Amino acid sequence: MTASVPVISAQALHKRFGQQIVLNGLDLDIYSGEIIAIVGRSGTGKSVLLKHLCGLLRPDSGQVLIDGEDIHRARGRHLSRLRERFGMLFQGGALFDSLTVAENIAFPLREKTKMSAQEIQQVVSEMLQDVGLEGVDNKLPDELSGGMRKRVALARALAHRPDIILFDEPTTGLDPILVNAIHHLIQETHAQFGYTAVIVSHEIPRIFNITTRVAMLHNGAIIEVAPPDEFQNSANPAVQQLITGHLEGPLQVT
Amino acid sequence: MLTMIERLGAATLRLITYLGRLGIFLGQALAFIVMPPLKVRRIIRQMHFIGVRSLLVIVLTGLFTGMVLALQGFYTLSQYGSEGFLGSAVALSLLTELGPVLSALMVTGRAGSALTAEIGIMRITEQIDALEVMALNPMRYLVVPNVLAGTIVLPLLASIFAVVGVYGGYLVGVELLGVSSGTYFQDMIDSVDMKDVTIGIRKSLTFGFLIALICCFKGYHAGFGAEGVSRATTEAVVFASVTVLVMDYVLNAVLL
Repeated sequence: MTASVPVISAQALHKRFGQQIVLNGLDLDIYSGEIIAIVGRSGTGKSVLLKHLCGLLRPDSGQVLIDGEDIHRARGRHLSRLRERFGMLFQGGALFDSLTVAENIAFPLREKTKMSAQEIQQVVSEMLQDVGLEGVDNKLPDELSGGMRKRVALARALAHRPDIILFDEPTTGLDPILVNAIHHLIQETHAQFGYTAVIVSHEIPRIFNITTRVAMLHNGAIIEVAPPDEFQNSANPAVQQLITGHLEGPLQVT
Repeated sequence: MLTMIERLGAATLRLITYLGRLGIFLGQALAFIVMPPLKVRRIIRQMHFIGVRSLLVIVLTGLFTGMVLALQGFYTLSQYGSEGFLGSAVALSLLTELGPVLSALMVTGRAGSALTAEIGIMRITEQIDALEVMALNPMRYLVVPNVLAGTIVLPLLASIFAVVGVYGGYLVGVELLGVSSGTYFQDMIDSVDMKDVTIGIRKSLTFGFLIALICCFKGYHAGFGAEGVSRATTEAVVFASVTVLVMDYVLNAVLL
């Protein structure tokens, strides 16, 4: 499944906000078609890393290569073309709250493609069916529950068929059944569309069931990256502490 | 001693950073105004929001401003026995000064604060990031429509303000205080030049542009959480209002 050339390659990323060092020489290669989970304690900069991968945040030094092209050097049309390869599922969904569910999903298609209104309508209802939400087309995001909102956001991220999707905590704050439903959904859509998925998640150990690799972010760097089985048996005490949730260990409770 | 110098230096750096950001923001907004495509439907929607929905408050303030002007003007003018100039006093104040400035302040309070809050909430809920990831430029989608709508709408509002104000002046001056209707309007026609009208329009064009720009800027760079948005909104209203008054002086100095 994994090709030898990475589709995303983060190299020596450094980022600080004021006095706080968030990324400290981070390296990570992500291969085409894989589902990689990024785990780590809250506030270690997982979301920040995700935003570097798609060029929303600019590193102080280091680079992010998308098929060999530095996304932070790209400008204008070039940047647009790189960005169009990405879909992103934001933590809170980031649905446009003045638009209905259907308009939200249609928005990127209407603005970025030459599809007719009818074709777009077709895609919207297909996507809603795929995420198991029929008949909510005309509701506003505020009228939906948290889980529904995440599914709509997933539908919107999938609508333009990106080949890389970044998931920022897709299941945080949902009940265990919904967590499984969302994981299942990611697996299914991944099988259907074959995108590369990067998932920031706190769902240990459930996330291990759907990923090809797991990477742990700690102190601004990736300290372990391995397939789920190996990851769970890692000798690294920090990894073990994160999996078991013990209070004692190299990860300080602050 | 050193800490004071350090603090001064830090404040200066902050100010320069801030001005730099504002400058870049202005540059980008101008660039996307001249670079098509313009989002015409969004511009029209924002014209509705900033303009049409401000009508009531503009009509009310215009009416009462005109009435107060007539009342005040009448007593001052009557001390010199020149009540006949009431029409020109009311019309000139409204057209060149009070119309543009008061409409700008009312629009800042009613629509500008709402713009900042809306864009600020889009910022903190990552909706602006979502636009960017979709390779859609937030300047083009959020900022430019508001700036253009503000620039187009404010001269119209200021004109309505002036017309309603003139009528308010008529109500008080003619109906209440007994200046003859013919004198009121004839004096107005004699003294108001086309130049007075264009000064008012130029002022409100400038104000509309600046208010929308500042309010969008504050929302766009809102801090974190509900507190960040509320602070951005307050700052936007204060900054925009002060800018209107300062620019009014500058424009008076240049245009008159």
